[in-house]
Amino acid sequence: MSSKTNITFSRRAFMRTSSLAGGGMLIGFNLFQACKPKAEPPVDLSQLNYNDFNAFIKIADNGAVTIFSPNPEIGQGVKTSMPMIIAEELDVAWQDVYVEQGILDTENYQRQVAGGSQSIRFGWDALRQTGATAKQMLVNAAAARWGVDASECTVSEGVITNAAGETLGYGDVVNEATQLEVPEDVALKDPKDYKIMGQSKVNVDIDKITTGKPLFGLDYKADGMVYAALVRPPAFGKKLVSYDDSKARTMSGVIDIVKIGEKVRALLEKDPSFGSKISSSDKIAVIAESTWQAFKAKEAIETVWEDDTTIESTADHDKELNKILDGNNFNTMRSDGDVNKAFAEADEILERTYESPFLPHNCMEPMNFYANVTDEKVHLVGPIQTPAWKAGLVANMLDREEKDILLEMTRMGGGFGRRLYGDFVIEAAELAATINKPVKVVFTREDDMGIGIYRPAIKYRIKAGIKDGQITAYHLKEAAINDGMYGLIPNFFPAGAIDNYQVDSGAHDSNVTTGAWRAPYTNFLASAEQSFFDELAELMEVDKIQLRLDLLDKVDAAADERIQYSPERMKEVIKVAVDKSGWGTKPSSVYQGFVNYYCHNSHVAQVADVEIVDGDPVVKKITCVVDCGIVVNPSGAENQAEGGVIDGVGHTMYGDFAFEGGQGHAQNFDRYRLIRMKEVPEVETHFIQNELSPTGLGEPTLPPAGGAIANAFSAATGNRYYQQPLMKNPELLKVPEKEVIG
Amino acid sequence: MPTYQIKVNGASQTVDVSEDTPVLWVLRDHLDLVGTKYGCGIGQCGACTIHVDGTAMRSCSLTLAQVDGKSITTIEGLSEDGSHPVQQAWNEVDVPQCGYCQAGQIMTASAFLENNPNPTEEEVKNAMHGNICRCASYTRIKKAVLTAAENMD
Repeated sequence: MSSKTNITFSRRAFMRTSSLAGGGMLIGFNLFQACKPKAEPPVDLSQLNYNDFNAFIKIADNGAVTIFSPNPEIGQGVKTSMPMIIAEELDVAWQDVYVEQGILDTENYQRQVAGGSQSIRFGWDALRQTGATAKQMLVNAAAARWGVDASECTVSEGVITNAAGETLGYGDVVNEATQLEVPEDVALKDPKDYKIMGQSKVNVDIDKITTGKPLFGLDYKADGMVYAALVRPPAFGKKLVSYDDSKARTMSGVIDIVKIGEKVRALLEKDPSFGSKISSSDKIAVIAESTWQAFKAKEAIETVWEDDTTIESTADHDKELNKILDGNNFNTMRSDGDVNKAFAEADEILERTYESPFLPHNCMEPMNFYANVTDEKVHLVGPIQTPAWKAGLVANMLDREEKDILLEMTRMGGGFGRRLYGDFVIEAAELAATINKPVKVVFTREDDMGIGIYRPAIKYRIKAGIKDGQITAYHLKEAAINDGMYGLIPNFFPAGAIDNYQVDSGAHDSNVTTGAWRAPYTNFLASAEQSFFDELAELMEVDKIQLRLDLLDKVDAAADERIQYSPERMKEVIKVAVDKSGWGTKPSSVYQGFVNYYCHNSHVAQVADVEIVDGDPVVKKITCVVDCGIVVNPSGAENQAEGGVIDGVGHTMYGDFAFEGGQGHAQNFDRYRLIRMKEVPEVETHFIQNELSPTGLGEPTLPPAGGAIANAFSAATGNRYYQQPLMKNPELLKVPEKEVIG
Repeated sequence: MPTYQIKVNGASQTVDVSEDTPVLWVLRDHLDLVGTKYGCGIGQCGACTIHVDGTAMRSCSLTLAQVDGKSITTIEGLSEDGSHPVQQAWNEVDVPQCGYCQAGQIMTASAFLENNPNPTEEEVKNAMHGNICRCASYTRIKKAVLTAAENMD
């Protein structure tokens, strides 16, 4: 059951060491790629350069270990868990490790590779090898000083002991260690010997968070910085014609009011790839001494807009998506056997259509970015998940060399995919270049929610054919706004389990900007497919768990390299979920719904418990079983898993975003419902204990939650749920009269 | 612009802002107290929660006139060194994911516990219902409030 994605590389290719000017050792390493052949870590810490190495470890001559990580932290916990992996193999005590975000305000801090949601999975080998290699160099240095063989030495918490019982600390030998060759063959620890990994460690930024220290983009300030709020198109498809800012200009704190947009349009001519993520309309920027003054003056500007492209509504989208599902214009993503022949020969056919709305990301920290454009450099600071992409776009837009762009990342008040798209970085850069001042663009919540980048509305039509008590055909059709599913998603379960299997995807081009939203595509696909299986099992009169296990028995993952999920690991999470949730053994007042799913390289099974409270069905508990391989930080992992489940429940229940006249129906939380404390079910999380390489955890518990609660509601009400959010059809969430238990 | 005297975290401050400036932006932009967060600006999310004479209030919806003569506490002033039992409980339970909403959560929780030092789980859920956590760390927020209540005994 080894992972198909093991990454192997030479230690020489991805790490180098240097001896620090002030004493101690600096190890530069690159998590995702080999270093340039001539790259060397600096001898001066102020010269850390994240172009060649994207992370550094300093071992001081007093033995203290500092890990410099420039990787963005969006709440997924990598700033804690990635250093834990290094500390484990380096064999130091966790309390002796300091973690620092990559240095701010240096000429050399240019850009780095963002790890995305795969940070731990891709970093696993490099982080362990870096720690282990450094440890070996320190041991070799101690052994050389003692004149003994390194194999005679043992290490515990930064102290090296030889056969005679003499000891040396890492700090005692660190300067000698830097003179040694980087060893190639270094043993990694047996997971059984882990002392740090597998133990819960508290978020390394906890003290700053709980005392309100500046951490986020919105908290960033620079000398001479002014604030900007932008008047944006009131609806998708609209373009600015004219405006009157005479009143706004008289308001207190207003420094200037300018129109921007020309540079963005010129950029889109040169590089149209970003066109679906940013409006090409002119925007009006109010520059003010404070955020509030900018917000207020923005409201005082009178504007005239005209229709530029089609003005769309949810009713139009609905029609277009149905047209796609009813038509034949699809991109076939996977096709096994002959579904049409199997449907023609089937005894029974089940076909259902599931639909989901657009969703805004609603990061709690609204979009914002700082920019300062001078002859010397373009300085950009703020929360962004894709710094390299944005630095390239800004350089292109401003006709600058990429080396002129200095981009610093702050901690992010949520990402959920929204901060992959730096439309706000481009805007801030254009504005700063226009006004020649350091400026921070701040979105109001209304800007953020009302004219954002959304999860596309999607419909799935699923059809299954049954013959002689077996599922002989499965056909999934997708109709999506702008972009359909990608990558390996069409090869997720039940691909490989059904002989005649086809996945088709079709899309309708819209001027509503869309993009990735936590667990793209699977966030709704899982609900649709798992609700369908539930209904299919009832039609076939077979046990819901057995149906899934039987399908998994038919999968030969080794025979098809596109299939990344493991039937064995999937069966394991199913069995544990059955056991831990008391599936089938609960009193009749508890209605349960089951889901198993694979995405982001992890396997998950969930059981939702619905009970009747005051006559209405309520989700009381979700049992969540996850196989994500080795769990690096149990506390962080549980937090991610629970957050994903509750996020999935919340959006399945309440998440809705409709368009009328090109305008979103909600602009703020008064008309957009996010899950809150009293609606949160109990979540019981179990991690499968194994020694397999870690896989994704920021997303995979979210997609199954929607299916789990839909199936549990079905058990309680007898209704089926084909439309999200479930609150859109409250009548379906009523229990038939006779079943209401006193 | 008018000048206002306000008392924040025990210190008297003079600010020179237009009268309709919400306290949130006075704290963030004029007094450099950025621990209080902007989330929605309409009192719906709770990220900007502060204490006004000990009562949890939404600073985005408060004018300076409304806090005249009153004492404001922000997350920076809840304790000198992060030692308030609620801050400690947040640490013990390892609550935050992204962390952005947590100052508001802590301010709501600390004012609530001041009035109700031994709450039931249902009372905690009611008290915290107004604060959105987009990362959905709700289970831990609830646990941390109950932990703080226990530790304050």
